[in-house]
Amino acid sequence: MIDPTTPIDVAIIGGGPSGLAAATTLKAAGVARVVVLERESEAGGIPRHCGHPPFGAREFKRIYTGPAYARKLVQTALAAGVEIHCLTTVVQAREAGELLLAVPEGEQVINARRVIYATGVRETPRSARLLGGMRLQGVLNTGALQSMVFLKHMRPFKRPVIVGTELVAISAISTCAHAGIRPVAMVEPDPRPTARWPFTLYPRLKGVPLHLNTRPVAIHGDKTVSSLEVEDADGARRHIDCDGVILSGMFTPESTLGRMGHLEVDPATGGPVVDQFGRCSDPVYFAAGNLLRPVETAGWCWDEGRRAGARVADDLAGRLPEGIETVPVSVQGPLLKYVMPQRLNLKVSRGKDVLQLRLNDIAKGRIIATSGGNIVGQWSVNSRRERRILLSVSRLDQSAIAGPVTLTFTPA
Amino acid sequence: MTINSTPYDVAIIGAGIVGCAMARRFTLEGARVVLLEKATDILDGASKANSAILHTGFDAPVGSIEVGCIQAGHEEYRQIYRDFGLTLDECGAHVVAWSEEEVAKLEQIQQQAVDNNVMDTRLITGDDLRKVEPNLSDRALAAIAIPRESLIDPWSSPYAYLQQSLMNGGEVILSCEVTGGRFDGSEWKLETTQGLVRANHVVNCAGLYGDLVNSSVFGQAPFTITPRKGQFVVYDKAASRLAHSVILPVPTARTKGIVLFRTVFGNLAVGPTAEDQQSRTDSSIDTETLQSLMAAGEAIVPALKGMPVTATYAGLRPATEFKDYQISADAANNWITVGGIRSTGLSGALGIAQYTYGLYRDMGADHTALTDPAIPTARVLTDTANRDWKEKDHGEIVCHCELVTRREIEAALSGPLAAKSLAGLKRQTRVTMGRCQGFFCSARLAELTEGHFVIPMAEGVDK
Repeated sequence: MIDPTTPIDVAIIGGGPSGLAAATTLKAAGVARVVVLERESEAGGIPRHCGHPPFGAREFKRIYTGPAYARKLVQTALAAGVEIHCLTTVVQAREAGELLLAVPEGEQVINARRVIYATGVRETPRSARLLGGMRLQGVLNTGALQSMVFLKHMRPFKRPVIVGTELVAISAISTCAHAGIRPVAMVEPDPRPTARWPFTLYPRLKGVPLHLNTRPVAIHGDKTVSSLEVEDADGARRHIDCDGVILSGMFTPESTLGRMGHLEVDPATGGPVVDQFGRCSDPVYFAAGNLLRPVETAGWCWDEGRRAGARVADDLAGRLPEGIETVPVSVQGPLLKYVMPQRLNLKVSRGKDVLQLRLNDIAKGRIIATSGGNIVGQWSVNSRRERRILLSVSRLDQSAIAGPVTLTFTPA
Repeated sequence: MTINSTPYDVAIIGAGIVGCAMARRFTLEGARVVLLEKATDILDGASKANSAILHTGFDAPVGSIEVGCIQAGHEEYRQIYRDFGLTLDECGAHVVAWSEEEVAKLEQIQQQAVDNNVMDTRLITGDDLRKVEPNLSDRALAAIAIPRESLIDPWSSPYAYLQQSLMNGGEVILSCEVTGGRFDGSEWKLETTQGLVRANHVVNCAGLYGDLVNSSVFGQAPFTITPRKGQFVVYDKAASRLAHSVILPVPTARTKGIVLFRTVFGNLAVGPTAEDQQSRTDSSIDTETLQSLMAAGEAIVPALKGMPVTATYAGLRPATEFKDYQISADAANNWITVGGIRSTGLSGALGIAQYTYGLYRDMGADHTALTDPAIPTARVLTDTANRDWKEKDHGEIVCHCELVTRREIEAALSGPLAAKSLAGLKRQTRVTMGRCQGFFCSARLAELTEGHFVIPMAEGVDK
């Protein structure tokens, strides 16, 4: 139960790297009551179950394993005077900062002057991938596997196939090694792995055969998994014998509260629509971290959390600049996956403001911003899919912006 | 080994929705009942996947056993659901015509409803339909409104039926497959994987295996089951505000077609397909079919485009070569076969049980009905209800997407119907059935269910 007698200045939904960084920053800025609402039994977020380094370089200038890093974040927040409430689930986020909570004692409603929404991401499950075959136990996302191995010292299978080659798939291999699980294969529909070199060397190092141009089609088995059916680029199908499937990556923001509530959600990022201050469509709500878009490292989210904390402290003090004009920003065409923030307050933009983008495929060329028929900005890009692209807002000719800004890609 | 020294009055084979309702009816009528189920958990065959709709029978074949059972079952459900703490979401349904040809068929459908004594249907225009269903595609030309079509909880209901049987003296034996049997003119000795079960009468409600059970005993069966697979796509809870009523198509000769419906758990789903197959276990789904279901859903409600998918599943309906239910009594052998309950079992179950008890009485058996039977308290899993997380001492919320508490999980892991599989636990609690499908809670669940499941979620690793 959260003490209802003292007013809550800021409630933060989610005690992962971005939420804890925001909370710590708010306390450092002199905000009186900052409350972190964490639904798990301990705060720390996803790093809690990443039992491997490297975490913390940006934040603490040294390298930790995930759990040690999570503890360090929690200690730092507590030392700064942040209240952390675990086993506290936000069931509904309502207008004017009213939150319906499930706490061990039952239901509770609290009110906060500002809310920072920092619920992070999760991997796409089997269902949303529309993967075929039987519904069996032993088909898990990496996050579930990590929790089983590092938090519960359990293993759900011994010879799984890993689907995907994002950075988290590398973590899957490392997690398996920790629990004596020997992945029989790693499959990737694309012609090249998603993670950067040198991580792509890791599967071979660990003796896990990497199958590129290989799309998972169906999971087979009677009571338990017996094989994963895959299809190659020519459409030929075969079975890989295994006793489980790790569905890695394809991260999606955990934006349920926004989707079910009153906040606008961007279908492209899957996260809430925000302006360059991280402010949502209801200005009482801010957002930070991987909820904003899939997916960045813990260190990046921590930094976003810090900035969100600073902006909210400014806002509470009446120092957050209001835009004279606010324009929507969106992407067009098949190559551009998303842009975040989705709104810009013009004429108050700071030099540091950036637009975050990603591509759906490898490409080299120019991103062109148009507004009301005018070209208002250009940036050259050379990127692969799922790599962070940052476009400086200072390159936009703000005086030429007349209405919504659209970003398109022109190949070189 | 013989399990019981005194024969049961009735052995019921198969703890699907029909078997659970059957156990309840026979118990309430005063019979000593045993329910035999081959799986580790009840509701593990055809009953594990359906559309969770309580039908009125408006579109059932006129004069069929099916329509009688649906209507009696619907009526009895309405009589008992409040006392049991079950749900009834009276959302109504619309049979929507999307072409002029279909518009022409609406009158005939309405006449069929009248012939089935469903008198409260109304023919409405596309505009009137969109007033009550504003998110429906503007291609909808006209519709028949059927007000009493409703949504119920497809698992808590049969659990409660069986619980009432157990509370009033009924018994259930799980992991108990019937492999054969002998009738000596007055008593059956059923051979099962747990030993011999003695009973005076047998009711075969074995669903997808109904013909095989009859064959194992008599060498033949009055019908052949050809499983009909139905695939479904369940959307995120945010989609549930896009439709209020059940949206039905104008049916074809073979199937009721693709239905768009809410669930009492707060989701919106689309399905089922109708794919005949030989396998009684293959409930596999396939990407192309799921995509076609989503396209069908988006054609009905365009705003579904881009809506996240929460779950995908398939169920098997025990179809036979006949259109109607296949319920028959073999008086010479004290045996009743209840088969071919292909798609309306949830609606019909209580009515099927009444009808079957009638056949049983006609065979000369009779008992004194219980005067004041104990009434069970069903699990409350409905999205809008007073769920356990709202109460104190629920322990913790384990499944965050569906707000399932540790206390709910521990309750489902104990007692005579304790979950012995993850699938069984899901049906009893909804754990992992939400949008993350176990990303956040699988590890905690593996820990909480350790030692409870026949196939464990995970095994311990030495540190």
